[in-house]
Amino acid sequence: MNVIQSGIGALIQPPDIDAFREWNRNKTKALVDKRMSEAEAVSRFVHDGDYIGTELYGTVRCPMSLVREIIRQKKRNLRLAGQGVMELDMLLAAHTVSAVDITYIGLEVYGISNSLRREIESGAITSFADWSNASIAWRFKAAAMGVPFIPVRSSLGSDTLKYSAAKVVEDPFTGKPIALLPALILDVGLIHVHRADKYGNAQIDGISGFSAEMARASKRLIISTEEIVDEEVIRSHPNRTIIPYYLVDAVVEAPYGSHPGEMCYVYRRDEEKIREWVKAAENEESAQQYFQRYVFDVPHHQAYLDLIGRDRLEKLRYAGREV
Amino acid sequence: MQDGRFKVENRVDIPYNPTELLICTAARLMPDSTTAFIGTGIPLLAAALAQRMHAPHLVPIFEFGGTGAILERIPIAVGEENTFHRAVAASGICDIVETAQRGFVEFGFLGGAQIDQYGNLNSTVIGDYYHPKVRLPGSGGANDVGSHCWRTIAIMRHDKKRFVEKVDFITTPGYLDGPGARERAGLPPGTGPYRVVTNLGVMGFDAESKRMMLLATQPGITVKMVLENTAFEMLLATKIEENPPPTEEELRILREEVDKDRLYI
Repeated sequence: MNVIQSGIGALIQPPDIDAFREWNRNKTKALVDKRMSEAEAVSRFVHDGDYIGTELYGTVRCPMSLVREIIRQKKRNLRLAGQGVMELDMLLAAHTVSAVDITYIGLEVYGISNSLRREIESGAITSFADWSNASIAWRFKAAAMGVPFIPVRSSLGSDTLKYSAAKVVEDPFTGKPIALLPALILDVGLIHVHRADKYGNAQIDGISGFSAEMARASKRLIISTEEIVDEEVIRSHPNRTIIPYYLVDAVVEAPYGSHPGEMCYVYRRDEEKIREWVKAAENEESAQQYFQRYVFDVPHHQAYLDLIGRDRLEKLRYAGREV
Repeated sequence: MQDGRFKVENRVDIPYNPTELLICTAARLMPDSTTAFIGTGIPLLAAALAQRMHAPHLVPIFEFGGTGAILERIPIAVGEENTFHRAVAASGICDIVETAQRGFVEFGFLGGAQIDQYGNLNSTVIGDYYHPKVRLPGSGGANDVGSHCWRTIAIMRHDKKRFVEKVDFITTPGYLDGPGARERAGLPPGTGPYRVVTNLGVMGFDAESKRMMLLATQPGITVKMVLENTAFEMLLATKIEENPPPTEEELRILREEVDKDRLYI
């Protein structure tokens, strides 16, 4: 195949799909109880230097209790993929990250990420590449398909492609240029869901983002869930299972796990608390003060919820599914 | 707020701000019963306004999975619940962008920090990529929208810092370096920038040269003002229209229904 162009961005981890198959073969297929705390899940399955990803993003169905635990355990040199708002901003600000696949790192209506800028300028980030949102999702999809790359038409002709690790080749069937995206296999995926059973069978309400693809592209997968449900809830509507148990290594019960972000049909975003992070993220000192208050001074997620205030959280809840 | 601020002419002009003008101008570009890839901010408010005016069956498409939401409330985030409120489908990003990739999405809305005469957009970096003056958020879904949608509409503020001879980084492809360049790069034929909506005017693109062309000025804006605020040579349409200002009805719906909490306007 004739390679027309090679992106000059970092390929943070070249995919080894045969090794991935072997890995998957060795993952247990037994129905075992995988419930554990954030602390246990993160300490057992997230290691310094791991290539990790979060889903959906920042203010929407995001595994924030797991993100806070990663910061609490002072993980270092993480390599990060996925689109992100607050969660990636926090991981960057907490100096946990050394490499990043950038699709979007910003604060949406609240502007650009000073944390990304600080970490790039200080040299803490040693490796990065730019991608479009769909490109990252499709890279997960390629891994989920068990193939080394996926052909797409996004990014052709742009600097987004030039500074990625994609290649443009001549389509062997038509002779036209087509972009190839390398599969992205994560060491650890972190996904927050509406409900899961103790084995890890997980359901998501509303849009599914890129959860199905990322779950299948992860060597280890930590699920946090608003509630643990009986196996029978899963088995009565198996079509709703987006993530089957054998993909999952840990199931963490985390009500309000997306706070200060939202969880569709369950609770709204906490605008004031989001703004508090936005303000804190403006500089290094205030960011660290934020972590002291909301991460280091609270031992676990339940204590975080106490700090936020149960009444406050209750007010964020939708009364029912009238939304 | 109204007394004394109406102009007493044949038409009644209610004072409006630049954001409201952009929203109303963009809304008028959205036909009924078509698909439009929407981000947050101004395009979203424009889509919500269009749904209440002339385009009740406009199908908003949000990148993380919402198709056909009824925009009763304004989403702040592109993945939040209001992006699939009473929608016809809630899927995921692969489904959405693949739908665009196979030609189902007519319009796509974009923004950026810089745009050039071929409609290339930059939302990645100002200055050198490795030693940036400002590191911007990056493509997000913008490159996907600009690669696959049939017609893209950029909404921007108009000044020389933004309307530049050459963008520092092509985050999202416009017509790249001219006629045929998109097709040569492998992008789908027949796609590309369609309109650029600013506080000063509405631009299109010359069919032959693919260069940006002023089609209409905003109320009270002269052609000279547009040219003075553009760092590249802007083509001029044979006849340049003046956009009518937002109507009383548009402003009422915008203020009382679309953005009653005044998150954006």
